[in-house]
Amino acid sequence: MIRYVSLALVLMGIWLLLSGHYDPLLISLGVVSVVVTVWIAARLNVVDHEGHPIHIVLRLLTYFPWLFWEIIKSNVDVARRVLSPSLPISPQVFSVPASQKTDVGRTIYANSITLTPGTVTIDVRGSQVEVHALTTESADGVKTGRMDARVTRFEGES
Amino acid sequence: MYTAAGLAILITMVLAITRTLLGPTVYDRILAVNMFGTKTVLIIAVIAFMSGRTDLLDIALAYALINFIGIVAVLKFFEYGEFSRGGRGRP
Amino acid sequence: MMESVLDLLSWALIVIGGAFGIIGGVGIVRLPTFFTRIHAAGMAETMCVPPILLAMMLQSGWSLVTFKLAVILGFLFLTSPAASHALAKAALHGGVSPHDEDIGRS
Repeated sequence: MIRYVSLALVLMGIWLLLSGHYDPLLISLGVVSVVVTVWIAARLNVVDHEGHPIHIVLRLLTYFPWLFWEIIKSNVDVARRVLSPSLPISPQVFSVPASQKTDVGRTIYANSITLTPGTVTIDVRGSQVEVHALTTESADGVKTGRMDARVTRFEGES
Repeated sequence: MYTAAGLAILITMVLAITRTLLGPTVYDRILAVNMFGTKTVLIIAVIAFMSGRTDLLDIALAYALINFIGIVAVLKFFEYGEFSRGGRGRP
Repeated sequence: MMESVLDLLSWALIVIGGAFGIIGGVGIVRLPTFFTRIHAAGMAETMCVPPILLAMMLQSGWSLVTFKLAVILGFLFLTSPAASHALAKAALHGGVSPHDEDIGRS
């Protein structure tokens, strides 16, 4: 139930901030839209801990700065390789284990790998993630499992 | 300032279009079109700031949504040959 | 004083974003195979879009415009890995092999 209330509040906040008009007619239209949206979401059964994961939002705040720093570092590396005349790349495919217990955790891990330039998730089979890497260095970066441990830690025991 | 940003984005768009025309496989073309779409969102936002009409940002937002849905729909079409198959009840 | 610092910051962010966008464009034309081009496109999406949108957020100050830019940024950040992954997986199923491209390399 708390997930429905929080979903409705988030949707209403987005409506108010995006519209920028605050006369009664438009606000009541917003309320109607929010109610219809929550009703459709309830019918689709998507408001569970997977579709509306309120329990990890706070912990995401500690994870994002680290992820941004990783993204910037690997971006500079990939940019250097793209620009250098000899094109020093060594594309390769490998699988790494994903130690997350929940689907949300695995999704966040796979998305983080894809967001970091130089590595792309091409398949998730159970707890194995198949990764395509642009260089041996970026492949080694994933294989050390530091990102995996980070995601597992903030995922916690939801 | 916005002119510089717009120029950089336009150069990127030209390069993406080059790949769209060259691309040996259909996936290369979809990748380049996806990149082109992202840059379109960006250039709409830049134009909104250049002309001072910030209402255009709503269009940029809508374009971001349409771009994503469009790419996924096209991918699905090339994987299954039609729009109505696949998913959980995969035949 | 405050204004010029913000302007300088915006300029720096726009130069970074534009440069990485163009490098991503060069990469997408220059890299040899499909799976390597995904990396170039990912670079153009993670390092070109956020700096430019951040620069515009700095210019607009505290207003609804800033919020709209933040929504665009968050949405692009959520969907770009999903789109990359969908592309890679579709290409894998469609018969583009990531393995035979490292012959004669590495």
